[in-house]
Amino acid sequence: MTQPGAEPWGDVPAGGTVLFPGSTERNLTGSWRTKLPVIDFDACTDCMICWVMCPDSCFKTAEGKLLSVDLDHCKGCGICATECPVKCIEMVLEERD
Amino acid sequence: MTLKLRDLTLLDDGFESGHGLCAGCSESVIVRQVLLALANEPVVALATGCLEVSSTRFPDTSWKVPLIHSAFENAATSASGIEAAYKALIRKGRMADRPMTFVVFGGDGATYDIGFQWLSGALERGHKFMYICLNNEGYMNTGIQRSGATMLGAWTTTTPAGDLVPGKPQWRKDMTGIVAAHGIPYVAQAAVHNWKDLMTKVRKAEAAEGPAFLNVFAPCDRGWRYEPEDTMAVSRLAVDAALWPLYEIVDGAYKLNGPRHKSKPITDYLSSQGRFRHLMRDREPGVIEDIQANVDREWNRLRVRCGLEPEVLEKTQV
Repeated sequence: MTQPGAEPWGDVPAGGTVLFPGSTERNLTGSWRTKLPVIDFDACTDCMICWVMCPDSCFKTAEGKLLSVDLDHCKGCGICATECPVKCIEMVLEERD
Repeated sequence: MTLKLRDLTLLDDGFESGHGLCAGCSESVIVRQVLLALANEPVVALATGCLEVSSTRFPDTSWKVPLIHSAFENAATSASGIEAAYKALIRKGRMADRPMTFVVFGGDGATYDIGFQWLSGALERGHKFMYICLNNEGYMNTGIQRSGATMLGAWTTTTPAGDLVPGKPQWRKDMTGIVAAHGIPYVAQAAVHNWKDLMTKVRKAEAAEGPAFLNVFAPCDRGWRYEPEDTMAVSRLAVDAALWPLYEIVDGAYKLNGPRHKSKPITDYLSSQGRFRHLMRDREPGVIEDIQANVDREWNRLRVRCGLEPEVLEKTQV
């Protein structure tokens, strides 16, 4: 994948038009993160409070169930862990082994 | 349609991740909630601000809905033009008559100060659009300068707290009251932590016959100096301390939607943020009393307008 904004000049659309809706998805803001949300799915009640309060739309759901966290975009703010009513999300410091 | 989070997860929120807003920013949370609550197709007009520069960095956009941004001050005017064009195209038969909602997102700088007369004009002309003020109490995008919404005593880079000046010397404007004075059908105050209240108000605003205004409390972890995970907690404290009451004005009738009683002293709110640290470090105890007096005055005025008794308030411990 080309780094966003680093296309050769000839590939920039005429007039600087933005061609695709929602194209910031290719900016992997997960690299900003220092803490990682870890979900205890056994305790999770699928209340979706984390989903509605996530600033980065990171909680992936299907048919009313919480599936996973999009770690490519999670900035590790920790709002989900603070607001979870059953406290099943823990923020863990992300370290290299 | 009732509001259930599990049902809402089935919808596409129209705002993509990967935007450049700070970790813990409340603005994208509000945007997602607003777009999810809308029943009609939206067209969004943006004022300049954090949201605009972070979500539309060339060559990308976070938005999956039609969007316009032209200048800092004229987002309400852009929406007026869109609404007028929409009506004209339908009248001339050049567009199918389908319901659309015109939404403006502006910060408090764009609403309270820079876009004030433009907003006032659009409200006076009675265009059917929804104005959402993302109120983070300052010009956070350009580096945390004071605005008309910044609270008394708050540290900002243009009102630095020092030996001579204890943060911002003035109280804030009652923008919700000023907008309500235009006599528009729907005016409300909401806060980011109360998603149900906010989404209900968005739906009422969408259904209103004319302009609607929502002033939404949007804590800023960078500018207010608190940890990113506390965004919702700070918002909740502001509501509990009656600093930011949740209420709506439907055709001139006031109604409280949030807590009916003040449950926390203002010091709980002030001590949650670094921008008030100089006040809490006992340098200026008089300022805290001033803040409490202003909060109590506005809270009791609102209670009377809502048909409730003024609350008897104890002296705050400073």
